[in-house]
Amino acid sequence: MNKPQHKQALLRLGDDALILGQRLGEWCGHAPALEEDIALTNIALDLIGQTQSYLSLAGSLNEGESQTDDQLAFHRTERDFKNLLLVEQPNGDFGDTIVRQFLFDHFALLRAEHLASQTFDLEAAAIAAKAIKEIRYHADHSSKWVIRLGDGTTESHERVQKSLNELWKFTGEMFTADEIDVAGIESGLLPDLTILKTKWDTAIDAVLKKSTLIRPENGWMQQGGRKGIHTESFGFLLAEMQSLPRTYPDATW
Amino acid sequence: MIRTLEQFDAYVAAEKKIEPKDWMPDGYRKTLIRQISQHAHSEVVGMLPEGNWITRAPSLQRKAILLAKVQDEAGHGLYLYSAAETLGVERADLIDDLLSGKAKYSSIFNYPVLTWADIGAIGWLVDGAAIMNQVPLCRCSYGPYSRSMIRVCKEESFHQRQGYSIMVELMKGNEAQREMAQDALNRWWWPSLMMFGPSDKDSEHSSQNMTWKIKRFTNDELRQRMVDMTVPQAECIGLKMPDKDLKWNEETGHHDFGEINWDEFYNVLAGNGPCNKERLAVRNKAHHDGAWVREAAVAYAKKNQKIRA
Repeated sequence: MNKPQHKQALLRLGDDALILGQRLGEWCGHAPALEEDIALTNIALDLIGQTQSYLSLAGSLNEGESQTDDQLAFHRTERDFKNLLLVEQPNGDFGDTIVRQFLFDHFALLRAEHLASQTFDLEAAAIAAKAIKEIRYHADHSSKWVIRLGDGTTESHERVQKSLNELWKFTGEMFTADEIDVAGIESGLLPDLTILKTKWDTAIDAVLKKSTLIRPENGWMQQGGRKGIHTESFGFLLAEMQSLPRTYPDATW
Repeated sequence: MIRTLEQFDAYVAAEKKIEPKDWMPDGYRKTLIRQISQHAHSEVVGMLPEGNWITRAPSLQRKAILLAKVQDEAGHGLYLYSAAETLGVERADLIDDLLSGKAKYSSIFNYPVLTWADIGAIGWLVDGAAIMNQVPLCRCSYGPYSRSMIRVCKEESFHQRQGYSIMVELMKGNEAQREMAQDALNRWWWPSLMMFGPSDKDSEHSSQNMTWKIKRFTNDELRQRMVDMTVPQAECIGLKMPDKDLKWNEETGHHDFGEINWDEFYNVLAGNGPCNKERLAVRNKAHHDGAWVREAAVAYAKKNQKIRA
């Protein structure tokens, strides 16, 4: 893959982590129990850490002057962000947040495992190797909650089944290969998404079985995030996140 | 194990720790439950004003630091509730008292966090005042409280430094940033001094708590330390203390400072502060919205116990 494609691939990794971390940050102080305030902020913290690493690396591949992680996070506009639509979905209730996390965590874990083992970009491999340890905890946390909520009370079962049904349409995007993925697979940087999908299905199904939840049919899959075409709530997320650096563009903090 | 008042008094006087199963006077137990749970509530409510700024932190590094800090606060809440539980109360009941407004939390969190510099001022001044209050509690006569405070204080000292580091960075920045920092100091200074509680002459719990070695220094002593510590820190980065009566006193070796607005103090305490209603409303909403999640977790745990049994 060429340098701009390489940069794009890293931006996707950084943006997925950033936007999900930002969403989780919104939970702080509002979780159902103190333990979950800790867990959700902890996961957000891991994701922001991954963001810093991936975006810094992406910025170093910029044509011309290299960009910092902060420049990329705070001075790009909606269409320049390449995160999955799944991770930008509003928090909803705790079940929505957990299902969003669950669907993403298992994808992120498999992706990180590939990244850690490839040799095309050794720096990305090192970042992924560190991230794997974190994502394993995230996947464990979200999977256990999917099981608890699915197999908890009638209300929790119904709520979380609804969350799963509604978020399912954003899962197709994770496994749709475009020209960046194709180039990434050829170079070895990115995983073969067909193989990833099979592994993801196995992981997801195992948890869903324990949770007594029903896996939704693969219907219409909403796409666009990888091309920078986001859902409507995304602009508000960016407006909030970027407000200070945009107001004082030359300031350091 | 302690079984009598004589043994208890001797133990406390000898600076030995009282443990959960020891006999203790009812008043000692009540005072600790009140103080530890108020402290836990303060950590939990304290997450809200700072949590507001996680989504708006101006750099990724600041966002990460603030996340880590607020996560610490939640952790402090957890181990303080656990310490309170060793005295024979339940976390759920303590939380109910917070939500109903029966229990108090630190009034400082009823002030609004208006700009990014407020995050700096809170770390520097509010956590600074908290440490001043809490370091002596590491030597508190009640073992579980003392041990949790040792851990809390280690983390609080990191919080204070992160707050001061925000202020330092702002004062090195452009004019708007420097104004933001000065404005935050102006608004947070007096409420921070109020955190030490009423003046010694008006403090109801002081003397008994001193004998019990729950408290080591009076409110005014700690407040004076706070002033003496903060003034040079402010000067060092070019901030002006918002107190026209503040001056160094050669004779006492301390700073003299102006009169606290006690009318404001008692009003915020009574629920009339700028954010009292909002803070409690947010806690109540979170508790209410999360009820189905907690119920599900309990139901699932019960089912699984049965399966295992």
